[in-house]
Amino acid sequence: MRSPESPVLTISGLIKDVGPLASLDGKMLRVVSGVSLVAERGQVTALLGANGAGKTTTIECAQGLQKRTGGNISLLGQDPGQAGAGLRARVGVMLQDGGLPPSARPIPLLRHIAGMYSRPRSVDDLVQRLGIDDFSRTSVRRLSGGQKQRLALAAALIGNPEVLFLDEPSAGLDPHSRQLVFDLIGELRHAGMGIILTTHLMDDAQRLADYVYIIDAGRNVAEGTVPQLLQRDPVVEEGLEHVRTLVFEAPAGLHLAGVLPANITVTETRAGSYVASGPLTPADLASLASWWAAHNIMPGSLSLQARSLEDVFLDVSGKDIR
Amino acid sequence: MTNAPYPASAGTSAAGKPTSQSPASLARRILLQGRYESLTMLRNGEQLILAVVLPLLALVGLTVTPFLDGLGASRINVAVPGILALCAMSTAFTGQGIATGFDRRYGVLRFLSTTPLGRTGLIAGKVLAVLVVLCLQVMVVTLVALPLGWQPPASGWLPGLFLLVLGAAAFTALGLLVAGTVRPEATLAITNLLWILLGVLGGIVIPADRLPAVAQSIVVYLPSGALGEALREAFMFGTVDVGAAFILLAWTVLAGAAAIRWFKWN
Repeated sequence: MRSPESPVLTISGLIKDVGPLASLDGKMLRVVSGVSLVAERGQVTALLGANGAGKTTTIECAQGLQKRTGGNISLLGQDPGQAGAGLRARVGVMLQDGGLPPSARPIPLLRHIAGMYSRPRSVDDLVQRLGIDDFSRTSVRRLSGGQKQRLALAAALIGNPEVLFLDEPSAGLDPHSRQLVFDLIGELRHAGMGIILTTHLMDDAQRLADYVYIIDAGRNVAEGTVPQLLQRDPVVEEGLEHVRTLVFEAPAGLHLAGVLPANITVTETRAGSYVASGPLTPADLASLASWWAAHNIMPGSLSLQARSLEDVFLDVSGKDIR
Repeated sequence: MTNAPYPASAGTSAAGKPTSQSPASLARRILLQGRYESLTMLRNGEQLILAVVLPLLALVGLTVTPFLDGLGASRINVAVPGILALCAMSTAFTGQGIATGFDRRYGVLRFLSTTPLGRTGLIAGKVLAVLVVLCLQVMVVTLVALPLGWQPPASGWLPGLFLLVLGAAAFTALGLLVAGTVRPEATLAITNLLWILLGVLGGIVIPADRLPAVAQSIVVYLPSGALGEALREAFMFGTVDVGAAFILLAWTVLAGAAAIRWFKWN
């Protein structure tokens, strides 16, 4: 766990049991076993994990929505399990399923929630900023997924919180709305808000997060800034070079055996599409290029791919994120 | 949509220092939620049928049929207290139970409990909304019943309204218990079915004396029977049925404790 400078949320050794479950002969199931994390002011901290990894449970314990079985949580210096309205006024929550009443219309709903705070943000400003005026006369039940997400974000921001929890914020958003929401998240971060993002989308974490915690099976499995995580490479740790993937298109049926060293695997994934992966070196690339020159082959396309967060996730959890 | 930058802090104090957010007062939060829930209930057509139309139809039905003959000075004098009790069950148990069940399904309870309103404010707001709608129901029933010849004793109003609120408390607790423990579709089925069963056979509009002997001994211990009997005592004779009041209190405490223990917020 990183050392905190200006933490808004500190979780240490969180344990959460649920049950008793009939499917486990009446025993309790441990869904979170020892998650620890720190979220800083003015940063986006992402919890990345597959569905069922325990990230939403972790965050709901931090929001005071679920009681923890063990461990410690400090949200703005207070225990969220014991927190009163004073703490809740300083924390904004956007739930994955929105949590908005289906019969409500957007603007009266936002005005109602704004009334719960002593100094709420201007409803009109938020409505304009998030494009809610386009659908302000439609009841929540008739809104599209993306419109609901934008309204839920407005509802989370109406109290102008110091800490903002976002659970899968880009779910259901069209590319334009996604950009709108991402820009706003960037500005909120710049304005000093501590943002905690839970997502199973690598791209969201890669684009938004200053620091990422990867959670799997209720535990921390890796953490770091996005560049740190991308450099983290099991092959490097074993003293070998970087794993890289070279993807190219060339005439089908090439016999590349012997062109590249044995530790590089070359696969023709479909006719004319090749993937070479392993600890590629500049010399390997030169050998391949020389072979192409000797055989008068010009690749149709060629790309050398760095590791993505998805590769990191696969390495640390041994399974696909989805 | 504009791209105006987001301001850096929630607000500034007179001295220019950034100030952190604070909640509106507890009373304001509860009043706001009560108003919001009341308007939601009153805008719901099905809810209005259950809360106003069906009780008024039952009132007219009981005054033109001989079911209540011989129990009091006039049919309407016997019928109105039971109809008021039915109103309490409609709003506090069936209406509020169904609304809460679906709020739970859609995550509304979870979201609102993360705002300064919190769980306590949310429940207080619901109780307030039940009281507001019940007040409107009492007014409507009274306005319809007086021209039909209803003559309650003046001394009956105070105990009658007190017992009506106690009955609403018992039914609110029962409604929350159902809404918080089973799926919303099951809440819908259970609360509607019980509304019909208790309305007809639960001693609420038809006094226990007119029910089969087997049912009589059970009905007086049900919240419906206790509230029906207590309101008839108050609005027909101006007296307080202490036994029935204790039964209602016991239901409120037991159902309230069970709801606190077993209510699932998500």
